[in-house]
Amino acid sequence: MDAESAGSVKDSIAPLIEITGITKRFPGVLANDDISLSIEKGEVHCLLGENGAGKSTLISILSGMTRPDAGTILIEGTETEINSPRQALDLGIGTVYQHATLVPTLTVLENLILGNTKGATLDESEGRRRLDELASILGTDVDPNAVAGDLALDEQQVIEIIKALWKGKTALILDEPTAMLAPAGVAELGKMFQRLKAGGLAIVFITHMLHEAIEMGDRVTVLRQGRVAGSIGPDELRSEQSERLRDRIVEIMFGSEATELGDVAELHVDVLEDHPDQGSLEKATSDAGGRSIGAPILKLDNVSLEASPASHGLHNINLTIAEGEILGIAGVGGNGQAELAEVLAGQRRVDSGQIHLLHDGNLQRIDRLGVHARGQMGLRYVSDDRRGEATVGSMSVSINLVLKKIGDAPFWRWHIMQAGEIQRNAESAIENFDIRTPSADTNISKLSGGNIQKVILARETMSNPRIVIHNKPTHGLDVRTMLMVRERIRQMAAEGVSAVVISNHLEELLDLCDRFAVLSKGRVIGIVENGPDAERHIGDLMVGGTVS
Amino acid sequence: MFDETLITAVLVGAIAASVPLMLAGIGELISERAGVLNIGLEGMMLMGAYGGFWVAIETESIWLGFIGGAAAGALASLVMVFLCVRWGLDQIVVGIGVLLGAEGLTSLLDAATFADTRPRIGITARLDIPGLSDIPVAGRVVFGEPYMVYVTLLAVAVAGWVLWKTPWGLAIRATGERPEAVDAAGVNVVVVRSLAVLSAGVFGGLGGAYLSLVSAGNFIPMMTGGRGFMAIVLAMLARGRPLLLAAGALLFGFATAGTTALQLVGVEVRPEIVNSLPFAVVLAALVLLGRNEFLPSALALPYVRGER
Repeated sequence: MDAESAGSVKDSIAPLIEITGITKRFPGVLANDDISLSIEKGEVHCLLGENGAGKSTLISILSGMTRPDAGTILIEGTETEINSPRQALDLGIGTVYQHATLVPTLTVLENLILGNTKGATLDESEGRRRLDELASILGTDVDPNAVAGDLALDEQQVIEIIKALWKGKTALILDEPTAMLAPAGVAELGKMFQRLKAGGLAIVFITHMLHEAIEMGDRVTVLRQGRVAGSIGPDELRSEQSERLRDRIVEIMFGSEATELGDVAELHVDVLEDHPDQGSLEKATSDAGGRSIGAPILKLDNVSLEASPASHGLHNINLTIAEGEILGIAGVGGNGQAELAEVLAGQRRVDSGQIHLLHDGNLQRIDRLGVHARGQMGLRYVSDDRRGEATVGSMSVSINLVLKKIGDAPFWRWHIMQAGEIQRNAESAIENFDIRTPSADTNISKLSGGNIQKVILARETMSNPRIVIHNKPTHGLDVRTMLMVRERIRQMAAEGVSAVVISNHLEELLDLCDRFAVLSKGRVIGIVENGPDAERHIGDLMVGGTVS
Repeated sequence: MFDETLITAVLVGAIAASVPLMLAGIGELISERAGVLNIGLEGMMLMGAYGGFWVAIETESIWLGFIGGAAAGALASLVMVFLCVRWGLDQIVVGIGVLLGAEGLTSLLDAATFADTRPRIGITARLDIPGLSDIPVAGRVVFGEPYMVYVTLLAVAVAGWVLWKTPWGLAIRATGERPEAVDAAGVNVVVVRSLAVLSAGVFGGLGGAYLSLVSAGNFIPMMTGGRGFMAIVLAMLARGRPLLLAAGALLFGFATAGTTALQLVGVEVRPEIVNSLPFAVVLAALVLLGRNEFLPSALALPYVRGER
């Protein structure tokens, strides 16, 4: 009966947005290849797929940022061209882009009324009225006079959504809105979707998290290499068990390789699902902890950084990491994680305290040494700022692979670049780390985020690492790349290479680490051993820590 | 020694020296707010100086001369609009091209039109406010200036109002920080930046015209003498705020007039050193205040939709 009524609705009214045969080619890439799908009112339509599957291209076509080479877009049955973001907004399609589009120096209200160029003076009172209206629909509270750049990431995300809804009265498109959110923020977003759906809005939503798609989506479409690989309709999504759905999606996403990925993919789906407190923690932690752990390799004594208006600083951090150990740094983002990473990497000087690293058989003081010296002693840093400090976008993959070894043999001899060595190094990295690039000479900025991450990982972990600092190592990566990165960290630990993993995803830390240090306001507020109760302990510390 | 006439002369001189900087600076400020570093400002001033003078001689009207100067500056800025804003070429390279082109063009035109006659323009019309202008010293200075001084002060106030109180001003401020946000909000970045660069041309042209029509009374090749670059520095130091820009221009004006006064009272210093004092003052201001300088994040970066 359910199916029948749904079917009759579809027959009587054309879908809100129906796209057919959308094709878009960029130099060297077929980003979208004959994509057809329909977006219905009052539905959350999830787009899944690996990095580079064409999801973002499809969204930028719908939002007027990119024009397709071929294909048609029907809006409520009428063929429509979307040639500019303005046109998309006038059609009622609002978009939350993957990259932040708030102007950090403007206030929230100024950001929201930016698009309205009618009238001689700014209409702030009308803006406030609309802001109140949207905030109450979303169930949030917003200060219109706050400067956008001062807001926390999840607050900015809410403003981005309000901004998209400002004109987006019929459809809301979100490109990876959950990537920067903590679990509580994701749950909040889910509630907002429910309210918006009830108002008849269509929502298109890109995510890498299968459990989010299963929980929040009414319809799931999987893209693979620019094509629609398959989709799951609302009836099936509602009636099937989530475990079965997950298997289906993994199968559609990865095809023949699904069986080999199936087991591991579960790990990252399970924890938050259904019973968020316990989950399948035993399973997740089963291969962590079993390693043999050696002598201390890195020791922090009372490491401190002065607090500043933009940072909590660091206060008396005491940590010891053993050989072959994986230490997780947990905590709500912005509580000193970035500072700790930079202090360990040697990018920032400590204000007080000492850092010692095991080298030539004894612990040597390194807190006065720079990045290069620490790197040579085997301490490496995988930055979370992939396109910023970690790579030079306009240089080739092969040069980026030796970026931290400029002047060192064998890549430089007598200050002359050894192109052959650099090329050989690049070829082996590309093969060993499965870096998908047209060639070693391709500019790294042309690669997807996942492949850039592989380049950075290759650079930092080739040639005898002793301890690697990973800052948000899988942030924004697709499932396959995420698993590859985690596997690499685990495999190195098995070979005795220690790791410090900083992550916003507790589930990731639980999956990887032997021990966790919980950071709050620049202090270590607790050390937790991995085990069945670890998640609850860390959760308690995080909540307690932020309140005090 | 410091009698009434001298003080009056310093005040008059200070305002006269600051007006062209204020005009050109306000144009540069708007352009920078929109994310376009207009290095060619000096060239736009030169175009305005020549164009304004030529129109004033032909029409025998100072006011038409100013309009001609604004038009000539705008014409020069069109080069920036098309090459940098529309086609995304490098703003610094094109800006230097505009400067060199304007230097050559105005020198050539000057030789072709005024080489034999060398015409001059007399004292320009002043706005005498009855009663107030009769106040000794201050009255003569503050209330007896050429109309253009008041137009300039009005322009500073209007620029501030437009930037903070109107939708276009908001769009300009946002474009300099994050053009993709402006594009996503449905406002055309190319249009916003084109208008901002055009206004830099108009104001730069007016500043140049002031030099030839009011300060000098004739056109001399290269007469701007680095004022365009000084205006760029002032616009940066003013952190995008028109009132601070006006204050900076006045500081430069007083430094200039002060050196003239030093020469008048017969201080024994080489004129080259005296003449460089205003620049030294601005340099000192740059060192002292430069740490807090405000530059829009997207300054000098071309915007092409979909690229980052």
